[in-house]
Amino acid sequence: MAESKVISDCKVVIIGGSAGSLHALMDILPAIPRIDSFALVIVLHRRGGDDQTLEGLIKIKTKIPVRIIEDKVSFLPGFLYVAPSNYHLLFENNDTLALDTSEKVNYSRPSIDVSFESAAEVYGKNLVGILLSGSNADGTEGIKAIQKAGGTIIIQDPASAEMPFMPNNAILNTTPDYILNTQEILNFILSINN
Amino acid sequence: MIADIELETFINDVYEYYGFDFGSYSKASLKRRVTRIFLLDGFTNFYDFLSKVKYDPEYYKRVVDEITVNVTEMFRDPSFYKIVRNEILPVLATKPFIRLWHAGCSTGEEVYSMAILLKEAGLLDRSLIYATDINSKVLETAKKGIFPLRMMKEYSDNYRDSGGQQDFSNYYIANYGNVKFNQDLTAKMVFSQHNLVSDHSFNEFDMILCRNVLIYFDNDLQKRAISLFDESLSVLGFLALGTKETIKYSIASGKYKQLEKEKVWQKVK
Ligand SMILES: C[S@@+](CC[C@H](N)C(=O)[O-])C[C@H]1O[C@@H](n2cnc3c(N)ncnc32)[C@H](O)[C@@H]1O
Repeated sequence: MAESKVISDCKVVIIGGSAGSLHALMDILPAIPRIDSFALVIVLHRRGGDDQTLEGLIKIKTKIPVRIIEDKVSFLPGFLYVAPSNYHLLFENNDTLALDTSEKVNYSRPSIDVSFESAAEVYGKNLVGILLSGSNADGTEGIKAIQKAGGTIIIQDPASAEMPFMPNNAILNTTPDYILNTQEILNFILSINN
Repeated sequence: MIADIELETFINDVYEYYGFDFGSYSKASLKRRVTRIFLLDGFTNFYDFLSKVKYDPEYYKRVVDEITVNVTEMFRDPSFYKIVRNEILPVLATKPFIRLWHAGCSTGEEVYSMAILLKEAGLLDRSLIYATDINSKVLETAKKGIFPLRMMKEYSDNYRDSGGQQDFSNYYIANYGNVKFNQDLTAKMVFSQHNLVSDHSFNEFDMILCRNVLIYFDNDLQKRAISLFDESLSVLGFLALGTKETIKYSIASGKYKQLEKEKVWQKVK
């Protein structure tokens, strides 16, 4: 594993993923006891409709309190947020979350690029972006935006990803700070702000 | 993306030149939309874009039409329409005459969905549906009632999921790649331009639907819109918002009663 540069001023960790990423998340989330100093956001490609199964699934697998996202909900450290189905998730500069029903991006709503770019605008160097398994090109532009804004980017090692296309595409088009398997991603998250 | 200061300049200039106030729109979304049209139209310098907006009213119109998010569907969120069908229409049926208002109706898919429900409940003849938006282009589409044929599979699935039992294709006539919804539905609709930022109440309604519009507004503008709806709603009338929207921050609790966990509130006093 790469030598961890110590991340000490992180406000937000945002994780994006598509096909195969739920398994990766289920390896990571249950082992995180709490996250006092930053917020954790999960943006996964999901089926349309007003479907809450993903929130339910995540809730039973994590000890971190999950806040259901509604329009302009306050965005606080210590909580886990899941991007709702059929909306793009955006970040306002007064620590609230906003939703948007505009066109799908990369055939997806929520789109990882949209959320990553918006988070980069507001949280810049205080942001850690993690891209997991998937079979579509979403995420790469977002990863670029986070890096440009001074944030830290981590890509799941394609060799450990169920669907390597998405992480591979990001690796080919950016220079990630870390390429890690799920156990290493977990260790990284646990080390944040410590 | 464009810089915050560029967005502020855009907002101020549009207000100064055209009187339209984007200042209370949600910044995160507005910034994305302005960036999108700026790139889409091939600009590289923000001030070139800005002077075109200022000095070319036709272009300004295009920019406003493109900034507003007009994505919509028929029977979007079927479970919502199920509630309308099973719990709201039976209440409205006790009225001699039913007035509805779709605020931010976009291209009208939601309005036609509602007309179909009213028709199936035998209420369409004594209903009138007002449908408004600030975007004049979408209203033109809505008035025609012409939608792409390729969407009908999804819409007819939504319709069935909402409890519809008819053959959905009875409601329109297909012609080449489009369908035109039946005239008896359109006959009960009145379309007009109305701006939730600055316009006032224009009638009293038994049901107001404003779904996925408030998400584009900041808290202050949401409050303004909700009090406008409150003024325009009869006692025991219904207010319906999008699945992620709420009146919680905008109105004194006790004045409205929420229907289970749906985003529908009944005005109780
Ligand atoms: C995403 S669409 C919602 C369409 C439909 N209600 C639905 O839920 O499917 C949002 C609509 O709000 C309209 N809108 C935006 N700002 C407005 C304003 N100030 N006054 C009235 N309508 C507005 C837009 O033009 C757009 O058509």
